[in-house]
Amino acid sequence: MESCNCIEPQWPAEELLMKYQYISDFFIALAYFSIPLELIYFVKKSAVFPYRWVLVQFGAFIVLCGATHLISLWTFSMHSRTVAVVMTTAKVLTAAVSCATALMLVHIIPDLLSVKTRELFLKNKAAELDREMGLIRTQEETGRHVRMLTHEIRSTLDRHTILKTTLVELGRTLALEECALWMPTRTGLELQLSYTLRQQNPVGYTVPIQLPVINQVFSSNHALKISPNSPVARLRPLSGKYMPGEVVAVRVPLLHLSNFQINDWPELSTRRYALMVLMLPSDSARQWHVHELELVEVVADQETELTPEQRLMVETILKSSNLLATLINDVLDLSKLEDGSLRLDLGSFNLHTVFREVLNLIKPITSVKKLPITLNLAPDLPVYAIGDEKRLMQTILNVVGNAVKFSKEGSISITAFVAKSESLRDSRAPDFFPVLSDNHFYLRVQVKDAGQGINPQDIPKLFTKFVHNQTLATRNSSGSGLGLAICKRFVNLMEGHFWIESEGLGKGCMAIFIVKLGIPEKTSESKNPFLPKANHGQTAFPGLKVLVLDENGVSRMATKGLLVQLGCDVTTVSSRDECLHVVSQDHKVVCIDVCMPDGFEAAARLHEKFTKNHERPLIVALTGNTDKVTKENCMRIGIDGVILKPFSVDKMRSVLSDLLEHRVLFEAM
Amino acid sequence: MDVLSQLQRQLADFLASLYREGFVDDQFTQLQKLQDESSPDFVMEVVSLFFEDCEKLVNNMAKVLEQQVVDFKQVDSHVHQLKGSSSSIGAARIRNVCIAFKTFCEGQNREGCLRCLQQVNHEHAQLKANLQSLFTLERQIVAAGGSVPAMQ
Repeated sequence: MESCNCIEPQWPAEELLMKYQYISDFFIALAYFSIPLELIYFVKKSAVFPYRWVLVQFGAFIVLCGATHLISLWTFSMHSRTVAVVMTTAKVLTAAVSCATALMLVHIIPDLLSVKTRELFLKNKAAELDREMGLIRTQEETGRHVRMLTHEIRSTLDRHTILKTTLVELGRTLALEECALWMPTRTGLELQLSYTLRQQNPVGYTVPIQLPVINQVFSSNHALKISPNSPVARLRPLSGKYMPGEVVAVRVPLLHLSNFQINDWPELSTRRYALMVLMLPSDSARQWHVHELELVEVVADQETELTPEQRLMVETILKSSNLLATLINDVLDLSKLEDGSLRLDLGSFNLHTVFREVLNLIKPITSVKKLPITLNLAPDLPVYAIGDEKRLMQTILNVVGNAVKFSKEGSISITAFVAKSESLRDSRAPDFFPVLSDNHFYLRVQVKDAGQGINPQDIPKLFTKFVHNQTLATRNSSGSGLGLAICKRFVNLMEGHFWIESEGLGKGCMAIFIVKLGIPEKTSESKNPFLPKANHGQTAFPGLKVLVLDENGVSRMATKGLLVQLGCDVTTVSSRDECLHVVSQDHKVVCIDVCMPDGFEAAARLHEKFTKNHERPLIVALTGNTDKVTKENCMRIGIDGVILKPFSVDKMRSVLSDLLEHRVLFEAM
Repeated sequence: MDVLSQLQRQLADFLASLYREGFVDDQFTQLQKLQDESSPDFVMEVVSLFFEDCEKLVNNMAKVLEQQVVDFKQVDSHVHQLKGSSSSIGAARIRNVCIAFKTFCEGQNREGCLRCLQQVNHEHAQLKANLQSLFTLERQIVAAGGSVPAMQ
């Protein structure tokens, strides 16, 4: 090579390009050799790789490519023939393997892609199975909840507990936002919001019952979806951003609890329903599921109407439980008698009526047993007396009952007269010292029967508690042996004396008791001769038990003070529930503030609670309104007297005395 | 003795003025009649209960009226309570304010309600002060050995 004289640049152009190519080839070779190494490394690490021979082929392809590029490093400068041969070989091999690889990839790539598809498919299936399992589990849990709920509902007969439990449990089971119950009012024209889950004291919202949506729900026994904007569903103040959840309403048939006795409520014949409204949480995408609706229907249907056989059974259960309750009360009375804590419930009553009622009660049995029974009341027996009417009646009834029980034939006679001094003293009772006074008299009652009689030696044992007379046919004795013991205690409390005479077995026996009763003083007004002397307001009603229901603390206190001034024994309550809880037969009068929202309801419930007229306390309404509506409501609910607030001592006294007189007059008929 | 009769005359005059100015009415007399040896502090107890109740109701009503959207039903029920309490003890002026208050509630008139509330507060404070003076006078009479004369 001859060098020319022209100036040569440091790196002639082709030399620069050649240099770059050189470097690139080197790096390509390097990369191509390292790729298989990496592949091998990672495949060794992975657990599954199905295409090993693909790897081999691909590795060979890469390696050969690399080799080609490597060898080309030597071809930049002059090279020998060996290098050329090696280069050619390498290139040929590379070509072969590349084509083979290209052809093979046509098969492999679809396979690889389908693997991906299968993977996706399996993932979807797994998710679906998960969902189904979740559903099944929820259903099973709900089933369990329904069973528990049903059990809980059936464990109590109290309608309020049932309804409240229903709401609470439904709310919990279905994760409801709100659950509410609308009960029909007394008039039957409106539905009143009675219970809600979240709000403590629902103010008495009412809706008319004739709304189309309500008719629709009442006409079917399914749970129906209703619009969240309908009046029965608008229970919470809606602010703009809430998307209310779906609302479902279902009818709840109501049991007529007062159906067992003829009552003067006119709506007995129509079937009454309450409306239960259930709301899903708002702002959630949750929808009512079919099985949730079924659950709601089942639960709502718990309180179904009874068939006649069922009603008979329930009635029987009620009666026997009443009987049981009476028996228990007897025992309780006795224990109170024992420790001296029993006090007589003094009041004025009609003595003649007491005897007549006893006679009426025992007549059915005596006519079945064909025992003639007569009642002789002495002509000088006062009509009205002061004493414990209930316990006197209990005593007479027990004695007469015994006479009837132990007689198979013969007649029974009941005689009652005022005991004068000769008939008072009895040699059998040396410690009985009757004291005659002006305002008391001694009533002597004799019950004679011609039945089995008693051995005179057994007579003292009769009054022992729990002891049955063994000589009597034990198959007849169904009592607990407490009756006579209790009666004797009552008679003793009434400062009297009780004994039995019998001439022996088979010769009948006579039960005699004497009790001390007060004489009501005659005042100048002959209209009420049975009230004690009115002391101009101070103690007009001694010991009269009164219950006052008023929400307002100040009014309550004022009313209490007023009644205490009249000598009453006052208890105060501030809510309807408390009132119903506390009220008992001892309370003669209940004063209710009917201006409070629950006032009339409380009065109505009192009517329900005390079904016999003479057991029911008198209900006095305290109201600030004298308008017609209030008056009509009072008359309809069955309120006995009305006092206008604010009232005075004199006003209260006159109303109470009128009422008490009215009641006694009523009983005299 | 002179001190006693003076005190008694003072009491009678004060009470008469309360009646005249309409702070209390007949119902208050009725309440006084209920007080006797068995319940010597009856009136004071009832009155204290009333004042506590009144304060609570006023606070509640103020809270409700302060809100953006006023729940007039709630205010109405509070006013109803206050009206009942005030009639029971014979706080005539407060009762009258309550009657006006109720009308404003029904008309959903917030300004009117706020004004009435202020008035209630004012009357409450006045009545409290007056009755406290009354009770103090009564206590002084009792301490001086006399008995509080029964009002006609």
